[in-house]
Amino acid sequence: MQVEKKEFKPTIVAFCCNWCSYAGADLSGTNRLNYPANVKIIRVPCSCRVNPMFVLRAFQRGADGVIICGCHPGDCHYTTGNYYARRRMTLLFSMLDFLGIERDRTRLEWVSAAEGAKFAATMNDFVETVTKLGENKRLEDLRCKKQ
Amino acid sequence: MQEAMIKRAKELLTDGTVNRVLGWQKGGVAYDATPAVFDSAEALEQGFVYDDFTAANLSKYLVKETKNEGKVLVFLKPCDTYSLNQLTKEHRVNRDNVYVIGVGCDGKADVEKLRAQGMDGILGITAEGDNFVVETLYGNKTVAKADVLAERCVVCKSRKLMTYDEILGEDGEVIDSNRFDMVEQLENMTSDQRYAFWQNELSRCIRCNACRNVCPACTCEKCVFDNVNSGVANTAAADSFEEKLFHVIRAFHVAGRCTDCGECSRVCPQGIPLHLLNRKFIKDINELYGEYQAGEDTDSRGPLTNFTYDDCEPSIVHERGVE
Repeated sequence: MQVEKKEFKPTIVAFCCNWCSYAGADLSGTNRLNYPANVKIIRVPCSCRVNPMFVLRAFQRGADGVIICGCHPGDCHYTTGNYYARRRMTLLFSMLDFLGIERDRTRLEWVSAAEGAKFAATMNDFVETVTKLGENKRLEDLRCKKQ
Repeated sequence: MQEAMIKRAKELLTDGTVNRVLGWQKGGVAYDATPAVFDSAEALEQGFVYDDFTAANLSKYLVKETKNEGKVLVFLKPCDTYSLNQLTKEHRVNRDNVYVIGVGCDGKADVEKLRAQGMDGILGITAEGDNFVVETLYGNKTVAKADVLAERCVVCKSRKLMTYDEILGEDGEVIDSNRFDMVEQLENMTSDQRYAFWQNELSRCIRCNACRNVCPACTCEKCVFDNVNSGVANTAAADSFEEKLFHVIRAFHVAGRCTDCGECSRVCPQGIPLHLLNRKFIKDINELYGEYQAGEDTDSRGPLTNFTYDDCEPSIVHERGVE
């Protein structure tokens, strides 16, 4: 029996802040820049809205990589949100690394509303990195796996 | 020590400074002293114990106790005073309603380690110099303190009382301990080894929530792990993911507030080294955002409720440690 081998396409969850990165993603779209369709964008009011639980949840529900995008430090719509997010995510990523989860599966990137090109480039690069890593095995929940 | 404590507690009860005493009482077995509130001299006389098994951190009980009428007398060991300071800072405890007697501490015995030394039927324990004399059903046995001290006491970070109204025994000093050694050892492993290590440890978790319930930093009235809609409410883990989720989130919720009192590991019925997760956060905070010891004072801002403009980026995780 011939088993068809499918090419692995990772699922990427991107948390984008409403004021910068989401607009940046929009710009990359209107500029007709290409980035992989397996990036699922979730709009959040601010990068600091991202609770560590969101990141873990995304992995549980089948994400192979999670990226958080926010305004550049100093440009936060709420003045200081991304500074808090930066500390939190540093600690969370470090903890996931400590537990032995591949450190390339998580990333935080600053993308402004004017950086459509950077958004596309970041996503292309991230998808490529995660594709190399393969499926998320270490933070998967078997009950959430699609057949 | 126990007599001195009871005597002083009686005096304070009689002169009306306090109207109840928070301490430890005998549990079902000698090594299982339980926190308890005493409201009379007779009750103290009958039930109050203090020995090398009374390890419980009483600070958390003050969250409830200080809401009641009148002052409460509490006996705190040095690590418990850190917790009280932290709770005072977070406005969880009304410090004015507490009368703290700081008691010096030379480390508590770990009953598992005593058992490993072949001791059964333990009835009591007394410290004599560098040794513990353990009273058992089969006679008294002497054992070196260093062999049976709880792990958290072996790497004790401080014997200094951070807050007190009076002291019984001797105040100590902050110790330059090597408590991060094990964390460092893990950091130097490959990620495969670390994964195997934690998979092995966390898979024993039965989700009894003892670590959360005992933690003096975990004082939320509504806990995410009690919310049935969260999907992570009190149930045994059905998938290895849930174990990791619970322990990462538990440790993260106390990151920057954990005083490293080590209660989580003490109460874990499965012997999971939970303090390593907390210590990892403390170590990271120390390295990335400057030395910080939660509970050292009552007015500084915690590292996660603070920031500087030139904090490191999360990509620093890539630059540190082995692949």
